[in-house]
Amino acid sequence: MRLVPKEIESLWTLFTGPVVWAAHFLVCYVGGAVYCARREWLGFGFEWVRIGVGAATAVALALIVAAAWLSWRQWGFGTEDPPHDAATAHDRRSFQGFATLLLSGLSFVAVVYTALPVLMIAECNP
Amino acid sequence: MRARASAAFGLAVPAIATAACSGPQSALDPHGVEAQAVATLFWWMTLAGALIWCAVIGALVYAGRRRRRVFSARAAGRIVLWAGAVTPSVLLLILLGYGLALMPDLRPASALTANDRLHVEVVGEQFWWRVIYHRPDGPPVVSANEVRLPVGTRVAFSLKSADVIHAFWIPQLGGKMDMIPGRTNRFSLQATRAGTFRGPCTEFCGPSHALMAFAAVAMDEEAFAGWLEREAGPAVRTEGPGLDAFLANGCGACHTIRGTPADGTIGPDLTHLGARKTLAAGALPNTEAAIARFVAAPEAVKPGARMPAFGMLPEREIAAIAAYLAGLE
Ligand code: HEC
Ligand SMILES: [Cu+2]
Repeated sequence: MRLVPKEIESLWTLFTGPVVWAAHFLVCYVGGAVYCARREWLGFGFEWVRIGVGAATAVALALIVAAAWLSWRQWGFGTEDPPHDAATAHDRRSFQGFATLLLSGLSFVAVVYTALPVLMIAECNP
Repeated sequence: MRARASAAFGLAVPAIATAACSGPQSALDPHGVEAQAVATLFWWMTLAGALIWCAVIGALVYAGRRRRRVFSARAAGRIVLWAGAVTPSVLLLILLGYGLALMPDLRPASALTANDRLHVEVVGEQFWWRVIYHRPDGPPVVSANEVRLPVGTRVAFSLKSADVIHAFWIPQLGGKMDMIPGRTNRFSLQATRAGTFRGPCTEFCGPSHALMAFAAVAMDEEAFAGWLEREAGPAVRTEGPGLDAFLANGCGACHTIRGTPADGTIGPDLTHLGARKTLAAGALPNTEAAIARFVAAPEAVKPGARMPAFGMLPEREIAAIAAYLAGLE
C-alpha cells in the first residue's frame, strides 16, 4: 500500500498550494500583529518573529513543493500535453494534476513574496 | 505634412512631460531622500514599461505580419512560461524588494521615540493643520498650516486627526501617510535641498478638502534653528486697535496669539500669522486684503469651514484686525 495513493479521486488536492499559502499568510501577519501588540508581555525580541516567519516559510515551501511533486506525478510528468479535455477519467486526472501543478507554482511565488518584508523590517511600529 | 505633424507631436510630448516635472507639488522634482528614491523608481518603471510595451507590440507585429505560421504547442508553451510567468514574477520581486528596502528608512520606529531629535506633530482638522514642534530642548512650539524642517537631518512626524481621515503628503520630500482619528501614525522625512513646497490633503475630508493644504519649507540647519526660535516667541505686537477689536469680538476664544489674552485652541494659532506663506491652509495668498476677506466670510472662501463669519462687523474693524494680523511676523 502506498502512503499517498497514486491517483487521488478527489478535487480537494487541487487546493493544497493555495491553502498552504493562505495559512502561511495568516501565520505571518497574525503572528506579527500579536507579537507587536503583546511584546512586553511576551518578553522576547523581534528577531524571534523573523526566525518564526522564516521557519513558517520553510515549512510552507516544503509542503508546496511536495504538493507540486505529487501533482506532477498525477499529470504523468508531462508525458502528454494539455489541454486534457477528453471526457475520460484519464484526462480528468491529468487535467487536475496539471492545474494543481500550476497553482503550486503560483503559491510558491506568493509565499516567497509574503515572507520578503521580514528581511527588511526589524522592529514593531510603534 | 504627416511627417511634420508627427515631429510636432514628438516635440510636444516631452515638453508637456517636463512641464509637469517641476513645480511646488511635483514628486518628480525631489528634494528629499524618499522622494528621490520614488522618483528614481518611477523613471525606471516608465522606461521598463515602455520597453516591455515595445517588445509586446513587436512580437505582435512579427507574429501577424512576418511569421504568419502557427507556433508549435511546445514553443508556445515555452513563451507563455517565460514571458507570461517567470519574467513578471522576477520583475515583481525586484519591485517589491525595492519598495520594501525603503521601509525601515521611512519608518524607523525606535529612532522616532528617541528624545534627542526634533519631532513634529501634525493634526489634521477640517480644513486646516495644527502643527506642533517638539524640541529636544525647550517647550513645544505651536503653529499651524505650515511645516518647516531643516535640510540634512531626519525629522520624525507623528500624524493625527481631530475629526475625519486626512492624509499628509509633501510630494517633493516623501510620504504620504493617512491621519486617522484615534491613531498616531509615525513616519519621517529627510530633506536634501532647501525649497518651498505645497503639501495637499490627500484623503477626501469634506467640502473644502481641495482647499486644505500647507506650505512646507526646507531650510538650512541654521536658518531653521533661528526660525524655530522666533516661532517659539510671543507675538511681535501685543497692543493696538487691531488687537483690541480681535479680543472684543471673541476671536480669542478660538485663536491663540501668544503674549496677549487670546488663548483659544479651537482654530489655528495666529501668533506669527504674518510670517506664513499662505492663509487659511493654502486657500488664499497671505495678504491683508485676503485676511479681511476670510474673516468677513470664511464660508465663501472655504465651504464648510469651522469658523463663523464676521461680515456683520464694521468694515473699519475688520480692516484693523486684518492689518494687525498681517503684521504678526
Ligand atoms: C468658533 C471658533 C472661531 C472663532 C470665534 C474665530 N475663528 Fe478664525 N478660525 C477658526 C477655524 C476653525 C479656522 C480654520 C479654518 C480653515 O482654514 O478651515 C480659522 C481660521 C482663521 C484664520 C486663518 C488662519 C491661518 O492659519 O491661515 C484667520 C486669520 C482667522 N481665523 C481669524 C479670525 C478672527 C479675526 C476672528 C474674530 C473676528 C476669528 N478668526 C474667530 C475658528 C474660529
Ligand atoms: Cu483633509
